[in-house]
Amino acid sequence: MGRYLLRRMAGYLVLVAVAASLTYFLAGLSLNPRARFENRNPPLPEAAVTRTLDDVNMNPDTPVTTRFARWAGDVVHGDLGRTLSGDSLNDDFGRRVGVSTRLLLLATFAGSALGVAVGAYGAIRQYRFFDRFSTLASFFVLAMPVFVVGVALKIGATALNDGTQTIKVLGEYDAQYAGRWDPAALVNRAQHMLLPALTLIIVQVALYSRYQRNTMLDVLGADFLRTARAKGLRRRTALLRHGLRTAVLPVVPLLVYNIVLLFAGATFVEKTFGWHGMGELLVDSVAGQDVNAVAAVGVFTAVLVLAAGLLSDLLYAALDPRVRVR
Amino acid sequence: MRPAAGGRGPWPGRTSWSGRPPRAGRPPRAGRPPRDGRTPRDRHPSPPGRPPHDHHPSRTRLTARRFARNRLATAGLALLVLLFLAAYVGPLLSPWDHRTHDFLNFLSGPSAEHWWGTTQSGLDLYALTLRGLQKSLVIGILVGVVSTFLSAVVGAFAGYFGGWTDRVLTGAVDLLLVMPAFLVVAVLSPLVRGSGWPVFVVLLAAFSWMITGRVVRSVTLTLKEREYVKAARYMGVPGPVIVFRHILPNMASLLIIDAVIQAGAAVIGESGLSYFGFGVQPPDVSLGTVIADNTNMAASYPWLFFFPAGCLVLIGVSLAFVGDGLRDALDPDAAGAQARAKGRGKRAAEEGRRR
Repeated sequence: MGRYLLRRMAGYLVLVAVAASLTYFLAGLSLNPRARFENRNPPLPEAAVTRTLDDVNMNPDTPVTTRFARWAGDVVHGDLGRTLSGDSLNDDFGRRVGVSTRLLLLATFAGSALGVAVGAYGAIRQYRFFDRFSTLASFFVLAMPVFVVGVALKIGATALNDGTQTIKVLGEYDAQYAGRWDPAALVNRAQHMLLPALTLIIVQVALYSRYQRNTMLDVLGADFLRTARAKGLRRRTALLRHGLRTAVLPVVPLLVYNIVLLFAGATFVEKTFGWHGMGELLVDSVAGQDVNAVAAVGVFTAVLVLAAGLLSDLLYAALDPRVRVR
Repeated sequence: MRPAAGGRGPWPGRTSWSGRPPRAGRPPRAGRPPRDGRTPRDRHPSPPGRPPHDHHPSRTRLTARRFARNRLATAGLALLVLLFLAAYVGPLLSPWDHRTHDFLNFLSGPSAEHWWGTTQSGLDLYALTLRGLQKSLVIGILVGVVSTFLSAVVGAFAGYFGGWTDRVLTGAVDLLLVMPAFLVVAVLSPLVRGSGWPVFVVLLAAFSWMITGRVVRSVTLTLKEREYVKAARYMGVPGPVIVFRHILPNMASLLIIDAVIQAGAAVIGESGLSYFGFGVQPPDVSLGTVIADNTNMAASYPWLFFFPAGCLVLIGVSLAFVGDGLRDALDPDAAGAQARAKGRGKRAAEEGRRR
């Protein structure tokens, strides 16, 4: 098992390196950081702009291979470089990962658990009202881009608020609560958290419940479930302990991938609700022509994809006694 | 002793029950109507008063019939047709053009003059949304077709030829899957800015074929071992011809379903990219750009959001229903369809018990 994992890790690392380099080259060739300094009033002196660009290793006149060599050297030593405004990307990442985690941790676990529950219950009550309703609803949710769900909730909240500010629609907390964790600040954070978390939960429940319903339907007709009932288990116990447990297994990789990848890009939710997390960086880096930031997002996402792959393999092996690689 | 011909033997391709091989010469072809000019319908006429029964429906006919039985699927198809009609006929019904500013009406609500209201700059939302609907539909369908074609070609070549072709193509698939597609398309968007939406279609398709490509590859690996493929190979048919003539047509149902699903995904992906300004660029209009341009005002002037977003959702829902219906119709062995049939049986049994 150990050697198999090591070999797999090595392959993954090569893939990450290639993917990150490719992202850097694409960004380096396509984006134009100089555009950020043009059309200023008063105009900035050419030499100063060039010096700034050289400082952060983003001068488009330097050959991209030279820039790449310097960037890659830094990244290997754990330094993601600096943004176009000169801030350290490592610090920025630390802050943003914190924001994304606070936003996502609760929402992903609630969404996964609820999705599995809705899907399984729908399968048990196949073609009854709950099943039909949840199927149709998830069809509609999955047909919407996430930002449509978010903006719709925002409009609904504005109507509910009716002039008050009970449900906040923008930001992580109000300015006066910055850095505070007392009860009043926590309430404020919860007010801000409600809508983005709800958006994420709705989308995830729709997605996971579809898969869970299918796998659960397969299990419901299985012999081992009949055996469980025949040996005298109550219906509920048989369904939960023998049915659901087996039916969750095939959904595990999907859950792991989605949860891990959310950290790279709850982009739409973060942009819609003004949270300054990782997903926001993805959009802002491209819009701001910031090559280093784009490349850093590329590295981060590639690492996450592979971590998710590894994690789902491990989890699957841990949960399913049939999978044992020697 | 030869039966009257026409595939009534023990199994297809075997026309005798006696155990002796059929007479030498040209074997009778099973499953085909005899050559006396009579069709099965002539030989087994329907009882009077009943509509004539079709004994040998073609595959297309069979699929269409199964599709039509599925209520959600037919509703989805009808909705899709309606959306196309709205996109291309709808603009003719209104006097407003999507580029004409009405300087007397800024941000006015839906009214007799402007059916869906106006935007901040006085554009008629009805004309604007339908214009965006046109583009979103076209982009979605084109991306669906192009990306499915890509995945079919790459997957089938990788699976059929194996060896280095396989290694290189699979490596490319793995690499593209690791690279964040959304980020890469966004990064590349400045390069293609100004070259219009068809280039954007290519870009979107180039980053959405990989997963299906993997599926096609694994299906190809099993199809490769079939007799008809081997026969073609031993007859000296070149590999690429085998791929296009024998392998891909035999997974047509998979590809058709995938194209529909990809089209739905592309519509959503396009709107997402356009929402951030990385997608369709002005003067072109898509549903994503219409929503993005008006999203700041959405809370106070909700119609600016609900009409374009509603159209977007309708496209997605109709494509999802059609895709689901096609899957059940083309592929009755698939899990969903089987579960449905099983459920039907179970329900019938339950109802029987209740009575």
